[in-house]
Amino acid sequence: MITETSSVPAAVLSAPTITEQAPHIDYWLLSPLLVVFGAAVLGVLFEALVPQARRRALQLGLALAATAAAFVLTVLQGGSIPAGEAGTTLALGSVAVDRVALFLQGTILVLAFISLLLIAENRRGESAFAAQAATVPGSEEERSHILAGSQHTEVYPLVLFAVLGMQLFTAANDFLTMFIALEVMSLPLYLLCGLARRRRLFSQEAAVKYFLLGAFSSAFFLFGIALVYGYAGSVNFARVSEAIDAGGASLFEDGSGEPLLLIGIALIGVGLLFKVGAVPFHNWKPDVYQGAPTPITALMASCTLVAAFGALLRVFYTAFGASVDQWRPMLWTVAILTMVLAAVVAVTQRDIKRLLAYSSVVHAGFMLTAVVAASPEGLAGAMFYLAAYGFTTIGAFAIVTLVRTHENGPEAGELAQWAGLGRTSPLLAGSLALFLLAFAGIPLTSGFIGKFAVFEAAMAAGATPLVVVGVLSSAVTAFFYVRIIVLMFFSEPAETGPTVIRAGGLTGSAIAVGVAATFLLGVFPSPVLDNLVPQPSEEAAEPAVATADGFTR
Amino acid sequence: MAVSDVYLAAGTHVNAVATEADGAILANAWLLIALPLAGAVILLLGGRRTNGWGHWLATALPLAGFAWAALALVQLLGMEPAERSISVPVYTWFSVGGFDVAVDLLLDPLSISFVLLITGVGSLIHIYSVGYMEHDENRRRFFAYLNLFVAAMLVLVLADNFVLLFLGWEGVGLASYLLIGFWQHKPSAAVAAKKAFLVNRVGDIGLLIAIMLMFSTFGTVAFSGVFGAVEQGGQGTMTAIGLLLLLGACGKSAQLPLQSWLLDAMEGPTPVSALIHAATMVTAGVYLIVRSGPIFEAAPAAQLTVAIVGAVTLLAGAVIGCAKDDIKKALAGSTMSQIGYMTLAAGLGPVGYAAAIAHLITHGFFKAGLFLGAGSVMHGMNDEVDMRKYGALRTAMPITFATFGLGYLAIIGFPFLSGWWTKEGIIEAAFATEGLTGQLLGSAALLGAGLTAFYMTRMMVMTFFGEKRWDDGVRPHESPTSMTAPMIVLAVGSVFLGGILVFGYRFAAFLEPAIGAPEEPHAFSLAAMLTSGPSLAALGLMVVGAAAAWFMYGRAPVPREAPAGNVITVAARNELYGNAINEGLLMRPGQVLTKALVVIDTKVVDGLVNGVAASVRNSSEGLRTAQTGFARTYALTMLFGAAIVVATLAVRI
Repeated sequence: MITETSSVPAAVLSAPTITEQAPHIDYWLLSPLLVVFGAAVLGVLFEALVPQARRRALQLGLALAATAAAFVLTVLQGGSIPAGEAGTTLALGSVAVDRVALFLQGTILVLAFISLLLIAENRRGESAFAAQAATVPGSEEERSHILAGSQHTEVYPLVLFAVLGMQLFTAANDFLTMFIALEVMSLPLYLLCGLARRRRLFSQEAAVKYFLLGAFSSAFFLFGIALVYGYAGSVNFARVSEAIDAGGASLFEDGSGEPLLLIGIALIGVGLLFKVGAVPFHNWKPDVYQGAPTPITALMASCTLVAAFGALLRVFYTAFGASVDQWRPMLWTVAILTMVLAAVVAVTQRDIKRLLAYSSVVHAGFMLTAVVAASPEGLAGAMFYLAAYGFTTIGAFAIVTLVRTHENGPEAGELAQWAGLGRTSPLLAGSLALFLLAFAGIPLTSGFIGKFAVFEAAMAAGATPLVVVGVLSSAVTAFFYVRIIVLMFFSEPAETGPTVIRAGGLTGSAIAVGVAATFLLGVFPSPVLDNLVPQPSEEAAEPAVATADGFTR
Repeated sequence: MAVSDVYLAAGTHVNAVATEADGAILANAWLLIALPLAGAVILLLGGRRTNGWGHWLATALPLAGFAWAALALVQLLGMEPAERSISVPVYTWFSVGGFDVAVDLLLDPLSISFVLLITGVGSLIHIYSVGYMEHDENRRRFFAYLNLFVAAMLVLVLADNFVLLFLGWEGVGLASYLLIGFWQHKPSAAVAAKKAFLVNRVGDIGLLIAIMLMFSTFGTVAFSGVFGAVEQGGQGTMTAIGLLLLLGACGKSAQLPLQSWLLDAMEGPTPVSALIHAATMVTAGVYLIVRSGPIFEAAPAAQLTVAIVGAVTLLAGAVIGCAKDDIKKALAGSTMSQIGYMTLAAGLGPVGYAAAIAHLITHGFFKAGLFLGAGSVMHGMNDEVDMRKYGALRTAMPITFATFGLGYLAIIGFPFLSGWWTKEGIIEAAFATEGLTGQLLGSAALLGAGLTAFYMTRMMVMTFFGEKRWDDGVRPHESPTSMTAPMIVLAVGSVFLGGILVFGYRFAAFLEPAIGAPEEPHAFSLAAMLTSGPSLAALGLMVVGAAAAWFMYGRAPVPREAPAGNVITVAARNELYGNAINEGLLMRPGQVLTKALVVIDTKVVDGLVNGVAASVRNSSEGLRTAQTGFARTYALTMLFGAAIVVATLAVRI
C-alpha cells in the first residue's frame, strides 16, 4: 500500500494546503462562542485566585452574564443575516453561522441559563454537589468538608466549557471541528455527573460509565470520520456533499468507494445517535440521568439533547444530504426501535428520574422521524420540538429537586412516594402535571405542536408507517405520564409521603419559565414556528436563496 | 399532505359575505372575551389579596364589555345591512404544512344581540351580587366563577365555527357546575351540581357527535363552510345532524327529555339562577338552533321535532310551575316553559327565528328581574323559599313588589309590556304555519299563555298578597340599593324593551342578514296584533288563568302546609315524574346495559386490553433486565447496535 502512495494524484494530497499566511477569521461572528470561552477561562482563574468565600457569587454572576451576553450576541447575529440568505461559514469553512445554528445556539444558551439557576440553588449552604469530590464517600475527611461548608465552585466554569462545546457542536461545519466540539462538550459533563452530594458512589459509577461509553462512541465517530475522509478527500461538509454527488474523490472514479462512505455514515451515525440517546445506544441515559446531580441531569436532558440533535441534523442534512436514500432505512430502523422499546421499558419504571430518562429517549425517537423526513419542514419541526422539549424537561427536573423524602433529606426518586402530592402541594403537582401532559403531547401544550410538526413533516415525506408507530408509542407513553398525574392527584398520600421543600427563588423561576414556555409555545406557537418553517411564498419569489432548508453549505 | 385542511376561518356566512373587521372596536372584539376572562384569572390566582376589591373589578369588566359591545353595535348599524357580518381574526393557533388552525370570531346582528344581553344583564346581576353575597366568605370565588361564565358564554356566541362554539359550550357548563355547587356544604347543592353536569353530558355528546358528523361530511366545521354545503349533505345525514344538535340544545336549555336538572339547579345562589339558569346559558340551545338554521332548513323532520319538543316543554314547564311551592323552582318551571316557546318558534323556520330571539331577549330581562326579585324576597325572609310561608310582603318590600309586579305583567303577556309583544310574535308565527301542525302548535302556545297567567298570578298572590304566614322571628325588610337598582333597570326593560324591538319589526329586520327572512314577509300592523283571533284568545286565556289563580289563592286562605292535592297536582309537584322517567327509561336500562357491558368488558375487552397491557408490561419487565447496570453489557449492546446500523446501510451496497 505504501509503495502505491506515489500513484495517488498530487491534487488529492495537496488539497488542504498549508500556507504561511494566517487565515482571516471574523471574530464578530464568533463572538457568542468567544464570550462563553473567555468566561470559562476567567472562571478557572477565579478558582485559583479568588478567596473561597466570594467565589460562588462571582462564578455564578460570571456564568449567568456570559450566557446572557452570548445569547444577546446570538440574537444580534440572527438579525444581521440578510433576508433570503441561509448564512455564512467562517474559519476556513469550519464553522457555520446560519439560522439553524443560531436558533439552536440561542436555545442552548437560554436553557443553560435556566440550568445554571438550578445548579446555583443553595439551601442552607447545601447545594446539589458534593462538598469535596476528591474525598472517599463516607470518610471522616468528607464529613469535615461538609461541616466546613466546602463547595465546588469549579462547577460553573465546567458548565461553561460544556456549553461552549454544545454551541460549537451545532455549528461545526467539518467533521474535525465537530469531533473537538463533541469532546469539549462531553468531558466537563463526565466530570459533573460524578459530583452528586448524596449517593456519591452511585454518582461516580454513573460518571465512569458515561465516560467509558462516551469514549467508546467517540471511537466509532472518529473511525467514521476517517472512512468518510478517505472517501471524500475532505472533512468539510460541503466538500463531502460534493464528493458524494461526484461519486467519491477522484481515487474512486470507478464507483468502488461506496462501501467506505456507507460504513463511514454508519459509524458517524453511531457516534451521534449515542449522544442523542437513541436505542440501542441509549443504555447510558437512565443510569447517568439517575446518578448525576439533578441540576446537571436537567442540563444534559435539555442542552445536550439540543446540541446533539443540532449536529445530527447538520451532518445528515448537509454532509450526507446527497445520499439520503442510503441512510434513510437506517434511521427508520433506529427511530422505530427507539420509539417502541423505550416506551415499553418506561412503563415499568419506578424512579422518576429514570422515567424521565426513558421519556427523553422516546422523544429522541419522535425527533428522529423529522430527521427521516429530510425536508425543510422536518428540520423546522425538529427545531421547534427541541426548544419546546428543552423548557419542559428542565421544569420537570427542577420539580424533582424539590420533592424530598424528608426535610433536608435526599430527593424522593421512588414514584410510589409521590402519591397524593397533588393534595399537599397543588401548585407544584399542577406544574408537573402540565409538563407531563406536554410530554404526552396533549393539545394546548408545546408538546402537541412539536409532535404535530414532526409527524406532519414525516407524513409529507412519505414515512406514514413511522408516524403510525410514533402515534402508538405516544399512546403508550401517555399511559405512564397520566399514571403519575393520577398518582399525584387521586391517591391517598402515603404514610411516609414526600416532603416538598419550599422552592427557592432560583428553582422557582426555573419552574416558572418552564411552565410559561410550555404553555405559551402550546397556545401561541406561531411567532416561533412561522420563523422556522420556510415560507413558501418567499421561496417562490426568490428561487435563488442559498439553500431550501436553511443550512449553509 | 393528504389530510384535508381543517379550515376553521370564516369565509362567507348564511346570506351575507363576511367582511374583514376594520376599526379598533370591531377588530379587537376578542377583548369582549378577554376582559371577563382576565377577571376570573386575577380573582382566582390573586387569592385573598383581591378580597377587598375583587368583586368590584369583576363587576367593572362585564360593564366595560357591555360598553364595548354597544360601540360595536353602533358601528354595525352604520354599515350596509348586507355587510353586517364581520369576521374578526383573533389568532392563528398554528400552521404546519397544509394544516391551518385559526381562531376567528363572528360579529353579526345575531351574535351582537347576545353579547349585549349577556354583558348587559350580566353586569346588572354582578352589581346585584355585590349586595346579595356580601356576607358570604367566598364572595371572591363566586365573582371569579361569574366572570368565567361570562367569558365562556361570549366564546359560545362569538365563535364562528362549531369547535369554538363547543369550547364555549363546555365552558358555560363548567361555570354552571361550579356555581350550582357553590354552597358545597349543602349536600343537595353538590348533588344538584353533579346532576346538572351528568344530564348536560348527554346533550354535549349529542353536539359533539353532530360536530364530528359535520367534519366527516363537509370536511369543515366553520359555520360558513357547513351552511354553504348543506345541499350536498344528503337528507339522512342532515336529519341526523339536526337531531343531534337538538339533543345538545335540549341538554343546555332544559328541554324535554333532558329537563330534569334545571329545577335542581336552583340550589345555586339566586343571582346564578337569574343569570345562568334563566337569562343566558339556558338559552344557548335556542341560539344553537337558530344559528344552525340552514341545517334545519335542509332537514324538515328535525325541524318539526324541534317545534314539537318546544311545544311539549312549554306545557310541561308551565304545569310544573303551577304546583311548586318553592318560589325558585316555580320560576324554574316557568323558565323551561318560556324556553319551550323559543324552541317552538325556532322550530318554525325563518318565520319564527326573529320571534324566538326577540322573546329570548325580553325573557332575559323579565325573568332575570323575577329571579332577582325572588332573591330579594329570600334575602328579607331568612332564605326561606317556600311561598306558603310568605304572604303580604307588598308593604314590607315595596320596591321588590313593584319590580316583581312589572316582571309578572310582562311574562303573563299583559298588553304593551315586553312579554306581550314577543309572545304574540311566537303565537302568530305558529298559527301562520300551514296545516294541522300550525294549529296544534299554536294551540299549545295559547294554552301555555293561560297556564303562565295562572302560575304567575299564584306566585304573585302567595308572595305579596293575602295574610302573613311568616315563620316566627322573620322580619322582612327591603333589600339594599345595590340589589334594588338592578331590579329597577330590569323592570324598565320588562316594560319597554319588547315594544322597542317588535314595533315595526325593527329587530327582525336587524337580524335578517344573519338568520334569513321568511318567505312571505308581511308588514307590521299594531291593529292586526290587537284584533287577530289568536291574539284575542291569548288575552282571554290570560284573564281566565289569572282569575282562576286569584280565586284559588287570593280569595281562599293559603294553608302553610301543602294540601294533599289531586293527581295532576301531585304529578306536577313531582315534576311530572321526570326523574322517575329518566330513572326508568335511561338510568335502569343504562344500569342493565352497564352491567352487561361490564361482563363483556371484563370477559372480552379487558381480556384484550389487559392482554395488550400485560404483554407491554411483560416485555417491559423483560427489556428491563437488559439494563443490567454493567458498562460492559452496554458497550456490547452498542456494538450490536452499530452492527445493525452498518447492516441497514450495507444492504444498499
